[in-house]
Amino acid sequence: MAAVTTSTERSLNKLAIVGVLIVTMIFLAPIYWIASTAFKPRNLATTIPPTVVFQPEISPFVKLFTKRSQLRTAPTPEQYAAAPWWERLVFDGGEKVVRSGRGEVQWSGYPSRFMNSLIVAITSTILAVGMGTFTAYGFSRFKIKGEQDLLFFILSTRMLPPVVVAIPMFLMYRAVGLNDTHWGLIILYTAFNLSFSVWLMKGFMDEIPKEYEEAALVDGYTRMEAFFKIVLPEAATGIAATAVFCFITAWNEYAFALIMTNRRAQTAPPFIPSQVGSGLPDWTVIAAGTFLFLLPVAIFTFLLRNHLLRGMSFGAIRK
Amino acid sequence: MAHIQLKNVSKTFGNHTALTGLNLDIADGEFFVLLGETGAGKTTTLRMIAGLEKPSEGQVFIDGVDVADWGAAERDVALVLQQYSLYPRYTVRENLEFPLKPKIRRIEPDEIKARVDRVARTLRIEHLLDRKTDRLSGGEMQRVSIGRAIVRKPRVFLMDEPLSALDAKLREALRTELKNIQMNLGQTFLFVTHDQVEAMSMGDKVGVLNHGRIVQTGTPYEIYNNPRDTYVASFVGSPPMNLIDGKLVNGRAVMAPLNFELPFAGGAKTSGATDGRPLVFGIRPEDVYLESGAPVEARVHDVENHGVEKILTLRVGDAMLRATVPARTDVEIEQPVRFAWDPDKVVLFDKASGISLRHAG
Repeated sequence: MAAVTTSTERSLNKLAIVGVLIVTMIFLAPIYWIASTAFKPRNLATTIPPTVVFQPEISPFVKLFTKRSQLRTAPTPEQYAAAPWWERLVFDGGEKVVRSGRGEVQWSGYPSRFMNSLIVAITSTILAVGMGTFTAYGFSRFKIKGEQDLLFFILSTRMLPPVVVAIPMFLMYRAVGLNDTHWGLIILYTAFNLSFSVWLMKGFMDEIPKEYEEAALVDGYTRMEAFFKIVLPEAATGIAATAVFCFITAWNEYAFALIMTNRRAQTAPPFIPSQVGSGLPDWTVIAAGTFLFLLPVAIFTFLLRNHLLRGMSFGAIRK
Repeated sequence: MAHIQLKNVSKTFGNHTALTGLNLDIADGEFFVLLGETGAGKTTTLRMIAGLEKPSEGQVFIDGVDVADWGAAERDVALVLQQYSLYPRYTVRENLEFPLKPKIRRIEPDEIKARVDRVARTLRIEHLLDRKTDRLSGGEMQRVSIGRAIVRKPRVFLMDEPLSALDAKLREALRTELKNIQMNLGQTFLFVTHDQVEAMSMGDKVGVLNHGRIVQTGTPYEIYNNPRDTYVASFVGSPPMNLIDGKLVNGRAVMAPLNFELPFAGGAKTSGATDGRPLVFGIRPEDVYLESGAPVEARVHDVENHGVEKILTLRVGDAMLRATVPARTDVEIEQPVRFAWDPDKVVLFDKASGISLRHAG
């Protein structure tokens, strides 16, 4: 292509860049807000107008990970001097770190909630994408009686908001003892994501020429070997894109996590806002919790960004 | 090495009939070309031999054994396709190794390496071995595809239009190369193509397929000079055979709609060519010649210069007739010329059925 750009084209280009910048800023503003609040001293978190320039602090994170209680009396200078640096940060906020009888620091509920989130989201993503990939391959390659009806049925599970079934689900879960268990949430999230995963993966499978596997079959490989050696590597892009979406859905899910879990298997989304209620809300701690919670998705998406881009434009280019 | 037979094979996909009552006999070591237009059922035939499709009716035999229950892997055939036979993620070497690595074959790594190297040498692709296949040109890709097939020493080679996606020069070169490979290996090849030049130049035998039926099987010479019906006559040959409606009257060919006549003494030799029966006269363009004293006058409608020869389109009334003449023949468009044919080369077809009288008799 010859690089002939007229002045109108150039000004249009500039306009487009400005537009993209504005949209990006709108999307990034809440994330900036969370990130900056996570590093603010408590007294600056709710000022009006908002404080933009401040000395960043790590105290919200210390508070996030430790169990604290209100100080009735200020610590003695000896106590203050004997405390490690991070404990002093808590003292500065008018609180103290709770210790066990043997003097061990008590963790807050956050780390275990975060772990629960990781366990539930990762396991359900693997299950949904794995089963979705196999199912999609079957739909894509074999003649199946009532294929269209089955695919529609699979899609129909997404046709009403999941919360509609929350109460029956809760009762059923209680009856079989899946309440407040990792598996309970994993099964739920896998079920939510499965229809999406099947449909998305079917699109990707249809794009892989079946000649690849047929060549392998003729060469003496079994259908399974052909699937793992040839189809799966070709479908990597689709699998990555599907995994990102499934992971985000499972990671961010709030309503069912709130209803179905309360302690052992509780994930981070219902836990973080529950901190608002104890005493005066400390927005910096909530922001710190949210900020850490954003990181896994951000990292996961960043690692798979190339696949994601190609994945999203895959079908669009050809049809 | 294998002898392939298809007996009364039919294949339907839902409402669509791809093949009807197909009989095919491919001798051991033969280069058999299946020729037909797109949608004639060539690929379906090939896939049934490979074991990728099951016939709706009829049987497939390899070396006299009914292979209905054999999967693709057990049939030990090799498949070369027009595209998509190479894995884009693999290097050329990995692609060539792939057919040797299935568990059922148990080939030692040393042996694999030796075989891959030998094939690479044969096909002159040694310098490409470490390259990813998406960095290859079309011709190199097809060479590697052929390599993938021959590295395994299968019983039969099945090739589905392997040269169709290539440009003309390369196609010609690979045509020769493929024919040489086949002769050196002495293996059975089934080659599917819509290109009649490929069929004529490579095949020991050619089967012409039309709408799911084998119309004619024979050597390229037979197909060309003695087509079984008007379909084969018009499909094979470039330009195709001239087909003119007419009838015989007193040893002369009278062309019905146009009222021109040509001497046709040879008609008596063919049984069934009785006077007055509606016929189609088939004559190859190279058997039509220009001569000043010839019986029929025509005008030159179009001239195609092909270097060694010229292809003239002659206009008689409303009818067009093609004639291949030497390149030095000096003609201009709209120039009146006189032409005649070689009566011995004329093929007579029954007007109603389109079948050659020689074959019908």
